[in-house]
Amino acid sequence: MNPMPPISPVPSTCYGGVAIGLHWLVALAIVSSFSVGLYMADLPLSPMKLKLYSWHKWAGVTIFLFVLVRLGWRLLHRPPELPAAMPAWQRRVAEATHVLLYLLMFAVPITGWLMSSAKGFQTVYFGVLPLPDLLVKDADLGDLLQQVHKLLNFSMAALVVAHLGAALKHHFIDRDDVLARMLPFLAKTPTPGDTR
Amino acid sequence: MKFSVKCLLLGALLTALPVAHAIEFNQVQTGKSALSFVSKQMNVPVEGQFKSFRCKLAFDPAKPAAATAELEIDLASIDAGSKDANDEVAGKAWFNTRAFPVAKFVVTSVKPLGGNRFEVAGKMTIKGKTQDLAAPVTLRQEGNSAIFEGSLVIKRADYAIGEGMWADFGTVANEVQVKYRLVATAAK
Repeated sequence: MNPMPPISPVPSTCYGGVAIGLHWLVALAIVSSFSVGLYMADLPLSPMKLKLYSWHKWAGVTIFLFVLVRLGWRLLHRPPELPAAMPAWQRRVAEATHVLLYLLMFAVPITGWLMSSAKGFQTVYFGVLPLPDLLVKDADLGDLLQQVHKLLNFSMAALVVAHLGAALKHHFIDRDDVLARMLPFLAKTPTPGDTR
Repeated sequence: MKFSVKCLLLGALLTALPVAHAIEFNQVQTGKSALSFVSKQMNVPVEGQFKSFRCKLAFDPAKPAAATAELEIDLASIDAGSKDANDEVAGKAWFNTRAFPVAKFVVTSVKPLGGNRFEVAGKMTIKGKTQDLAAPVTLRQEGNSAIFEGSLVIKRADYAIGEGMWADFGTVANEVQVKYRLVATAAK
């Protein structure tokens, strides 16, 4: 058996810098890419539309790669504990939400890539690196995959709203340190005079 | 004896005649032929094709310089890769198919390049603009058919294909690779 790691002077109530950085970077990239995707889909054909599609696809590939790094980091680094007072059902819901979010962070770019292939538009990363087309051109399949891509995106948006709502609920209603795990500057310092 | 020699000569001449009279490929089998192209959008290659075209051809492999050919392409039959693109390229900025429904390539000279390769030069007219165009062609004979194949790069700006906001080559490249395959037989 490995000896217990030395107890750090500060209990691990907050994610590490890498985890926090990756979380906010991916969050920002997803929100931007989602917004661009929503906006570009109904545009009439124009050079700008073609540019936005390419940028959106490059962003998708980039997000996929960052999520891969994130997942690797997450599996190798134990996240901070949840508050002891949290009921078991809430822990389960939180766990399920995080698992689903990770699944969607992979599934969304993959379905985007597949729908592109099926529609006959290869993904060329930054206009330089062609990604293989996993599907041959098939307009009906392309339309179906577009619906799947859209559905998964709206599912993810709903989960992100729930994720955000839960974080705010923890911070403002439960008044615990769950949100502060990702935003260390919010951490409450348990000083005697604290009236919160 | 003299008579049989004459007979032999005549016989030899008769059998030799069909060989001397070379074959002329002049019936283009459009069903087996294809006219496709690859455009580049944001450096992404996108395949397309013209589904309807006609070709008048008279090509004798023994006398290529005497060949004549005329190709007419129905521009509205384009498949540019997606429905959106098809609707777009029929418009005024692209092919303006209502005003210019047909593109035409009239061959003016055929130059043998050695082996089974030829340079087919002619006048290409698209959207009212005529340019000289030289097409490399490889000839292959399969049974009674001649297969003319090749590809070349045309610059869309030479024919004002993609004007206005599309004139910038940053999104849709100027160079378009055109691939052709014509299958022709010889009329009896």
